Amino acid sequence: MISVWGFYRARFKTALAVQLQYRVALAIWMLGLVLEPIIYLSVWTAVAAGSGGVVNGFTVSDFAAYYIVLLVVQHFTQIWHMWEFDWVIRQGILSGRLLRPIHPIHNDAAENIMYKLLMLVVVVPSVVLLVLLFQPVLNPPLWSALAFVPALLLAGVLAFLVGWCVALAAFWTTRTFAINQVYFIAMFFFSGQVAPLALMPPLLQTLATLLPFRWMVAFPTELLLGRLTVEAALAGFAAQAGWIALSAVFTLLAWRAGIKRYTAMGG
Amino acid sequence: MSRYLKIVALYVRLGILNELEYRANFFVQLFQSVLSLLLSLGGLSVIFSHTGTLNGWTQSELLAVAGVYFIIGGIIRLVIEPSLWRLMQDVREGTLDFKLLKPVDAQVLVSVNQVQMWKLIDIVMGLGVLAVVFAQPQMQTDPLRALFFVLALLCGGVIVYSFYLMLATISFWFVKVDNILVVFESMYEAGRYPVGIYPGWLRFTLTFLVPVAFAVTIPAEALTGRLSAEMLALGGGLALLLAVVSRLFWLYGVRNYTGASA
Repeated sequence: MISVWGFYRARFKTALAVQLQYRVALAIWMLGLVLEPIIYLSVWTAVAAGSGGVVNGFTVSDFAAYYIVLLVVQHFTQIWHMWEFDWVIRQGILSGRLLRPIHPIHNDAAENIMYKLLMLVVVVPSVVLLVLLFQPVLNPPLWSALAFVPALLLAGVLAFLVGWCVALAAFWTTRTFAINQVYFIAMFFFSGQVAPLALMPPLLQTLATLLPFRWMVAFPTELLLGRLTVEAALAGFAAQAGWIALSAVFTLLAWRAGIKRYTAMGG
Repeated sequence: MSRYLKIVALYVRLGILNELEYRANFFVQLFQSVLSLLLSLGGLSVIFSHTGTLNGWTQSELLAVAGVYFIIGGIIRLVIEPSLWRLMQDVREGTLDFKLLKPVDAQVLVSVNQVQMWKLIDIVMGLGVLAVVFAQPQMQTDPLRALFFVLALLCGGVIVYSFYLMLATISFWFVKVDNILVVFESMYEAGRYPVGIYPGWLRFTLTFLVPVAFAVTIPAEALTGRLSAEMLALGGGLALLLAVVSRLFWLYGVRNYTGASA
């Protein structure tokens, strides 16, 4: 256990050094993250303005609160390893990581955590700016504000596991690009990015409940907005736990099967 | 002039030959374009299940915006972006020497030297979307609108090209700035919807700092009969101005070029 912690500490340091090297790239990546919620916030603000200020119980300031919270949740649940993993395998970079006496998932987990903490330097001012610009209204009951913290943490773990699992497809195919695209479009519709799920057609809402994406992003967001009952919140935590267990098992199996196929090239 | 046309044709042919080597990329691109279309169509159908118009635009009109978004995006990714990306790489590695030495205008060479042919799919798809939209009986078409549309598209193309050229020219001073092109890519996403829906500061940014409005919204306004002749003239003036400014900036940049290693 001590060695795992030591590894994370060392990896935090190197990840920090690497990230600081590419400050401009970081800022640009953030721009995309901030812009997308603003696009759909503006769209729904225009819809609300056109229909007397309210859409299905969402006022303009509710939409503002929704998309600003969504931005924060998306930051803590974003995952990019699937874009790199193909390269890590193709270039044989994985070979070096396999030689370490620790599972390679820790390498990516440490990098992921470091990045998310570091980028708070950009996320926090963006959120402050957006709050000033869009005047959201947010007053959740105390219990749901408190429950938001574990929900966000679980969502981060879940998104990381599912994302890592998707990344493993690179063991079997070189066309991971297409798989990643499908993953992100599913995210777009089922995690509450295009619209709060309550505004989606019933069929898509049912699908969203069955898929993991809702529990990664929409659930913590709605929780902090105070839109969930206690029962719905408990069901959400159960869904998160269930998906985490499922994706952990699947990742483990896929990793074992994948690593058998792995033939290091170069490195 | 005909010499330049021949050079452009030659580069296009080379680009096609290059990509024909990777035929599977056609399907990858097709897949990617279809997903992007799905994103637009899905978004619109969710939005219009709650409203009849968005800031005065009907669903069909917003579909036309999406069509223009694909056409202009396709043009950018077909030739402008890959060519100027290559320019930045050439500056970094010093291989721009070879282009500067050729007895033709280097700006023409660097602007067409990479053609990603499969991006034509985006353009074809955009045209298809427009065809579907304007096949509907309630959508008006008249020759004047069509003329305005073509002119606005032309202005938008020139403005976006000049903008890209200026960004790429910055690499003569700051060597590693290829990320800067990603900024446009990122902001372009906002063009799926007319810029009028965005708050003032963002609308200003998307009009004058990053010309998404001129690229997508204004041609779409022309197509749906919203564009006044004055606004079109303004766009034309701006296109001309930016073309001249970016040309001067490019010439100034080339003088600063030292040739890194080659």
